[in-house]
Amino acid sequence: MKPESSSVGKSLWAEAFDRMKKQRLTVLSFLIVILYSFMALGSYFELIASPWDVSLGESYGKPSFDQISSIFGFDIFGRSVLYKAIHGAQVAMTIGLISSLLSVFIGTFLGAIAGYFGGWIDDLIVWLYTTFASIPYIMLLIAVAFVLEKGIFSICVAIAATSWVGLCRMVRAEFVKHKEREYVLAARSIGASHAARMFKHILPNVFHQVIINFSIQFQSAIKSEVILSYLGLGVQDMPSWGIMIDDSKLELARGVWWQLSAATLFMMFLVLAFNLLGDSLRDSLDPKLRSN
Amino acid sequence: MTAYILKRIIYTVPIVFGVALIMFSLFHLVGGDPTYQMLGKHADAKMIADLRSELGLDQSYFNQFLLYLKQIMTFDFGRSFSTRQKISEMILSGLTPSFSLALLGFCLTLVLSLVIAMISAYFRGKVIDKVVVVFCVLGMSISALAYILFGQYFLAYKMGWFPISGYESEMPYRLQYLIMPALIWVAVSVGVDVRFFRTALLDEVYQDYVRTARAKGLSDFFVFFKHVLKNSLIPIITYLVIQIPFLMLGSFLLESFFGIPGIGNMTIDAINNSDFPVLKAIATVMSLMVIFFNLLTDLLYTVVDPRVRLK
Repeated sequence: MKPESSSVGKSLWAEAFDRMKKQRLTVLSFLIVILYSFMALGSYFELIASPWDVSLGESYGKPSFDQISSIFGFDIFGRSVLYKAIHGAQVAMTIGLISSLLSVFIGTFLGAIAGYFGGWIDDLIVWLYTTFASIPYIMLLIAVAFVLEKGIFSICVAIAATSWVGLCRMVRAEFVKHKEREYVLAARSIGASHAARMFKHILPNVFHQVIINFSIQFQSAIKSEVILSYLGLGVQDMPSWGIMIDDSKLELARGVWWQLSAATLFMMFLVLAFNLLGDSLRDSLDPKLRSN
Repeated sequence: MTAYILKRIIYTVPIVFGVALIMFSLFHLVGGDPTYQMLGKHADAKMIADLRSELGLDQSYFNQFLLYLKQIMTFDFGRSFSTRQKISEMILSGLTPSFSLALLGFCLTLVLSLVIAMISAYFRGKVIDKVVVVFCVLGMSISALAYILFGQYFLAYKMGWFPISGYESEMPYRLQYLIMPALIWVAVSVGVDVRFFRTALLDEVYQDYVRTARAKGLSDFFVFFKHVLKNSLIPIITYLVIQIPFLMLGSFLLESFFGIPGIGNMTIDAINNSDFPVLKAIATVMSLMVIFFNLLTDLLYTVVDPRVRLK
C-alpha cells in the first residue's frame, strides 16, 4: 500500500508540504532559490545582465543609481559588477546542483547496499568511508581539485567526492534498522527482489534524510567553490562569486569595496535560503515531531 | 578491555593503508605525470628525466607505492621541489604556528558560543532567542573569505588596532599577531557552534526530569544551570572532541592572509608552485594525525565510559 492512499491521514510529504507552506520564511527561501535559478538561466541565454564582459563604465567606477549596470559600480576593466554577480549565479547553481546530486547519489547508493547486504560489502564500504572521513575535508578537496583538469566539472567531482560520507553513514544506519522490519519481510515473502526491497520499499522511508542532506550540501558546495577559486583551482573564464571575492583582495586597500560586497551579498542570500530550507525541511519531515 | 584496545589499534592499520591508497591514486594515477607542470614550459628532456628519477616516477606503480609507504613509515618525504627544504622539517616547523592560532580561535569561540547558546536556550521562544537564531544563520551564510577581507580591512587597515599581517614566535608578541585572525575565526564559526549548543540544551529542556524538577518547586534558573546544563554537556563535549584533530590543520585561509607560517600557508604555497611532493606529504601527515587523534579519543572514551567497551 502506498503511503499516499493511507486512510489514517495525509502522507508525510503532504503534511510536510502543508507545514512548510504556512511558514513565511520557508516560502520566501523557496522563492529566492527560484529567483536565482532564473538569474542563472536568464544570464546563460543572455536575456538579462548582458554583456558582462564588455566595458560599460570607467575602471573602478563608483556605484551609482544612474543606470542599472552601475548599481554595484565597475571593476578594473570597467565591467559592470552587478552583471558579473548575476552571471555568477550560473556557476554557483551549476556547481551546487551537480555536486549535490552526485554526492547524494554516491552517499545513498553506497549507504543502501552497505546497510542492506551487510557482510563483506558492509565492511568494505565502512572501511572506505572511515578512510575518507580521516582525510581532512579541505585537504582532500584541494588534492582532488589540484590533480584534475581545471574546469567546472572537476570542481563538482572534487566537492562530491569529499562530501558523501555523512549521508552514507546515515543511510547505512537506517537500512540496517529497516531491513528486518515487518514491511520489508512482507515484501520479501511476496517475492520482491533485493533491488525492489531496497529502493521501492526501504528508500522512501529514508528519503527525507536525502532531501535534507541535499539542501545542506547545496549551500556547502557554493561555499567550497569560493575557497577553490581563491586557491586558483576554481572555474576559468567565467564570472563567479569566488573569483570576484578573490579579485577584491587587492582592491580593498584602494577603497574599492563594491565588488566584494556584491559577491558576498549575492552569495549570502542564496546560501541563507538553502540553510533556511534545510532547517525547515528537517522540522517538517522529522517523524518524531509529527505527533505533537 | 585490553582486547578492545588492541582491536581498536589494529583497526587503524587498514585505515592508514586506505589513506595511502587514496593519496597515491590521486597523485600518481589520476594526476598523471606532474613533471611538466612542475618544470614549466622551458624544460628540456634531461631535466624532466632527472626530476622523474628523483620523484621515483620512472619506476613501476607498484614500486612507487612501496616507496610511498616507506616514506610514511620513516616520515621522510624527501625535499620540497620549490624550496629544496626537507619536507618533514617543514611540516614540523609549521605545527606550532598553526596550532597556536587554532587553539586561540577554538577557545574563544567555545566560550563565546556557550554563553550565547545558554542565554538563547534559557530565553527560548523569546525575542532574544529569535534574534540569536537569525544572526547565527545569517553569519553561517557569509563566506569565510568575506570575513577575512572585511576584517583585515576594517580592524587592521582602517582602525590600525592590529598588525595587518605577520608572525612572531616570541610569546607575548605572538599573541599580538594572532589575535585578529583568531577573532575572525570566532566570527566564522560562532554561528555553527551556537546552533549546535542551543539544540543540545533544548533537547534536555523538554525532558521529563526537568518537568519533575520544576514540579517539586525548583526555580527555572536552578533547574537550567544545575540539571539541564550538566546533562547537555555529553553531546557538547563529544562535539568538541571531534574537532580536536582538525585543530592541528589550523586554517588555510587565515594563515595565508595573515602570513602565519603554518601548515595551511605551506599548503597554499605548494599549490601555487605546483609542488606535488609537499602537497602529498602534508595531506598524508594530516590524515595520519586525524587517525591518531581519533584513536586516542576512542581509547579515552573507553576508559571514561564503560558502555563503549560492551558494544
